[in-house]
Amino acid sequence: MEKILSRFFVPGKTFWMDEYEKDGGYEQARKVFECFTREAVIEEVKKSNLRGLGGAGFPCGMKWSFVPQNTGKPVYLVVNADEGEPGTFKDKYIIRHVPHTLLEGIIIAAYANNVHKAYVYIRGEYSGPADILERAIEEAKKKNYLGKKIFGRDYDLEVVVHRGAGAYICGEETGLLESLEGKRAYPRLKPPFPAVVGLFACPTVINNVETLSYLPAIFKGGAEWYAKLGSEKNGGMRLLCVSGHVKKPGVYELPLGIPLREVIYTHAGGIREDRKLKAVVPGGLSAAILTADEIDVGMDFDQLRAKGTMAGSGGVIVMDETTSIVEALMVTMRFYAHESCGQCSPCREGTGWVNKILNRVVGGEGRQQDIDNLLDICSFMGGTTICALADGAAMPLRSYPQKFRSEFETYIVQKKSNPLILSELHTHGVHSRGGQREFHKV
Amino acid sequence: MPKLTIDGKEIEVPKGTRLIEAAKCAGIDVPYYCYHPGLSVAGNCRMCLVEVEKTPKLQISCHIEAADGMVVRTNTEKVLKTRQHVLEFLLLNHPVDCPVCDQAGECWLQDYYMKHGLYDSRLNEDKNKKPKAVPLGPNVMLDAERCILCSRCIRFCDEVSKTSELGFINRGSHTEIAVAPGRQLDNKYSGNTVDICPVGALTDRDFRFKIRVWYLKENNSVCSGCARGCSIQVHYNLDRPHHGKGERVKRLKPRYNAQVNKWWMCDEGRYGYKSHDANRILEAVYRAPGQLKEMNGEEAIAELTAKMTSAGKKIGVLLSPQLSNEELYLAKQIFTGHLRLEDVALLSPNAEGFQDDILIRADKNPNTRGASELGLKTGQAGAVLEKAASGGLEGLIVFGQDLTACFDAGKQKKAFEKLAWSCFVGSNHHLTSEFASHVIPAATHFEKEGTFTNFEGITQKFEKVLEPLGSARAQWEILLALGKSLGMNLPYERAEDIFHELSLNVPFFKDLTYEKLNAGGEDIRAMAAPTIPSLEQYDNIL
Repeated sequence: MEKILSRFFVPGKTFWMDEYEKDGGYEQARKVFECFTREAVIEEVKKSNLRGLGGAGFPCGMKWSFVPQNTGKPVYLVVNADEGEPGTFKDKYIIRHVPHTLLEGIIIAAYANNVHKAYVYIRGEYSGPADILERAIEEAKKKNYLGKKIFGRDYDLEVVVHRGAGAYICGEETGLLESLEGKRAYPRLKPPFPAVVGLFACPTVINNVETLSYLPAIFKGGAEWYAKLGSEKNGGMRLLCVSGHVKKPGVYELPLGIPLREVIYTHAGGIREDRKLKAVVPGGLSAAILTADEIDVGMDFDQLRAKGTMAGSGGVIVMDETTSIVEALMVTMRFYAHESCGQCSPCREGTGWVNKILNRVVGGEGRQQDIDNLLDICSFMGGTTICALADGAAMPLRSYPQKFRSEFETYIVQKKSNPLILSELHTHGVHSRGGQREFHKV
Repeated sequence: MPKLTIDGKEIEVPKGTRLIEAAKCAGIDVPYYCYHPGLSVAGNCRMCLVEVEKTPKLQISCHIEAADGMVVRTNTEKVLKTRQHVLEFLLLNHPVDCPVCDQAGECWLQDYYMKHGLYDSRLNEDKNKKPKAVPLGPNVMLDAERCILCSRCIRFCDEVSKTSELGFINRGSHTEIAVAPGRQLDNKYSGNTVDICPVGALTDRDFRFKIRVWYLKENNSVCSGCARGCSIQVHYNLDRPHHGKGERVKRLKPRYNAQVNKWWMCDEGRYGYKSHDANRILEAVYRAPGQLKEMNGEEAIAELTAKMTSAGKKIGVLLSPQLSNEELYLAKQIFTGHLRLEDVALLSPNAEGFQDDILIRADKNPNTRGASELGLKTGQAGAVLEKAASGGLEGLIVFGQDLTACFDAGKQKKAFEKLAWSCFVGSNHHLTSEFASHVIPAATHFEKEGTFTNFEGITQKFEKVLEPLGSARAQWEILLALGKSLGMNLPYERAEDIFHELSLNVPFFKDLTYEKLNAGGEDIRAMAAPTIPSLEQYDNIL
């Protein structure tokens, strides 16, 4: 099977400029500059069926073609390296091991969209990768791949690394833009979309680290070759982050459309201690859960959507038969209650409320009507807010009790309470007011 | 102009109109909290969600612009149910402390719960605790538990007062509004945040706990605090003297006027109402060396007439730009027309006050422009006073104002000592009223009817909100009585009669009538039919 990015994932090693160039690095960026018009670049990316690998799966070439040129304003490229979706850790690998492939992708994307300034918004926890990326940028500047008149052409490109401060909402593209502008990361009302009114009110392309990192390979192997690697309309490979109760958790570079069963049993080595599989979250925490019977599904954006879940960020979270789905949902909803930015009422109050209900259920004080209340709250949280955080919270909130209803009922009847979970609640609980009282402008 | 259908009604609206405003034009009320036509769109409360055909999700009508052929439904089961649940979310952590909340009676949570809520509580958990009774500044008190985080106050401070004191702290359901570190909500317009707060989160430190709002009565007036003349509402109560120390006026609120003040007013104007109840001159007084005599109104006029008749032309008259157009017109007729006095002057403040490019004007008088259009010029009052000090005058009549605002006390004292008699016609006690030998009590402008013309030439009418205290009368009534007593034929009975005469004789006021001015207090001549005033605001933001 093709190894495009993961062949660089050698433990403890970063491929710096020398080695990356020896491997053919920056040839594609140069080729694009020398042989392609920017329209031809977009056409090639469209043909490759490259999808947005941050989670939404929007066709990358089509996204670029929406960016208005000649508005008199600069076009910005913003690279989303916030990687906040629980269960996702691929971008960290890319930046840590092969930062130059991201930079080469940035150069290609910048050329395609007539961008002269790109921002990489990297999550605050990734201080190591951020340092690596800054060093790689310095290397690229020395080689004249970034900076003034790159590749000897009349084209300037500056890349700025901007470190976040650890809020999930900063990964939402318009929240990210607000944060990048120095404001509180409140997602923006749409329309206008960022392609038209984005960073500093200018047209803006926002792409995930992984999406851009595949660009050099597309131009090396050709769009047809890349498209064929994946499934229908889902071109190429993606990095699946397998975590949870598998024998070999880790990042696996697999073609889009690969059956989930194969991911778990062939690549990740099956379930730990050969236990029975209970459930899988296929695309990061915000994806609806799949039962053990539902894993014969191809891992691409369209097939997973047809199953009522999503490919999302590629975070595959595997749960074996020992997992309490009730407690898993409690931990999940605690995350959304903690990370809801607080802007829209349904999300702000809904996530907090659901978190309290689940805390009570796990504390042994559950009532049967709580299950229907959760489902009802969920139906008014999703689809009523500015951004997709509430929709993301609603996916697990709906699917866990729907698919494992009897387990919820039994949990409540038995008034079971897990002392381990409860003690954790007290240390991390969001019902205490969070640490800092920091002042934010909207 | 896009033509769209809302709840089956076809309507055409200007391009760029938000659905919520388009619905309003069609007579359909969509509930909302965070939306305010004078502020940018935040879209966070989610109360105004409506169904738009061909869009799968509900859309917020405060943000979506009307488009040609759009089909909007604001009353489907999905919309009503979602609305109900948005309210449930908004009230989830709300303390529901209406019995002790100052907002009760004018609270949008109460109103909308009765209209769109009416669900049974499903909450079985503890509510979040947040700070209560936090003074944000001299005028505004915050109860963070009642706050629905609509961000109206924050946007006001960012976009209107441009002072940016407020912001959010914390996240999720622990989010609160707060003042920036080291600052206070003390901008010159801070009271407006209370007006636009739809719930009991921000309450007015001056007004809170004075009286329940349902005991308030209201009438339209105009602020007399500066030359802007903001349209206001006077909220008062006469039946409950045990509330608020017996003050009749409880608070002032800005009244929307597209031409003058939009939705806003400044704090100085808002809290400048105390003089209507405090420190009032209630009875006419005659002071001679060693004696003090109270008189009734008729006696006072007769006394003054006698003094004036014997003084001939050696009388000075100081008029005030705080008087209404009607009063100034009448005064001019009597003093310069009938008596042909030479020393009639208009007072003006000596020091220029604070001014900004929002509302506040340096000229702290409401009717300087009106006075000037009536042919009264400022700048000669000092000469009149000097003439008095040098013995050139026998008597001096001062209308309305405390001369201390324009001249120092020594200069005033010197002038008054030289005069044989002096008369003050006004509403409040101060140094000038102490110096004068005759004092005739006058109504405040909340106690009379009239018009002011602001610095831009917009004439506004103010209503008689309250009955005058004591024996006070409106200055136009006093002038009318004086004129008649001086032998003039003045066939007026109401302020309106004077205004009618004035509009016939002074070209500036041509065609204006009380009837026309009653409609919102705006100057009809300058109105370019701004049916949806918010649009221009949107353009500025976009």
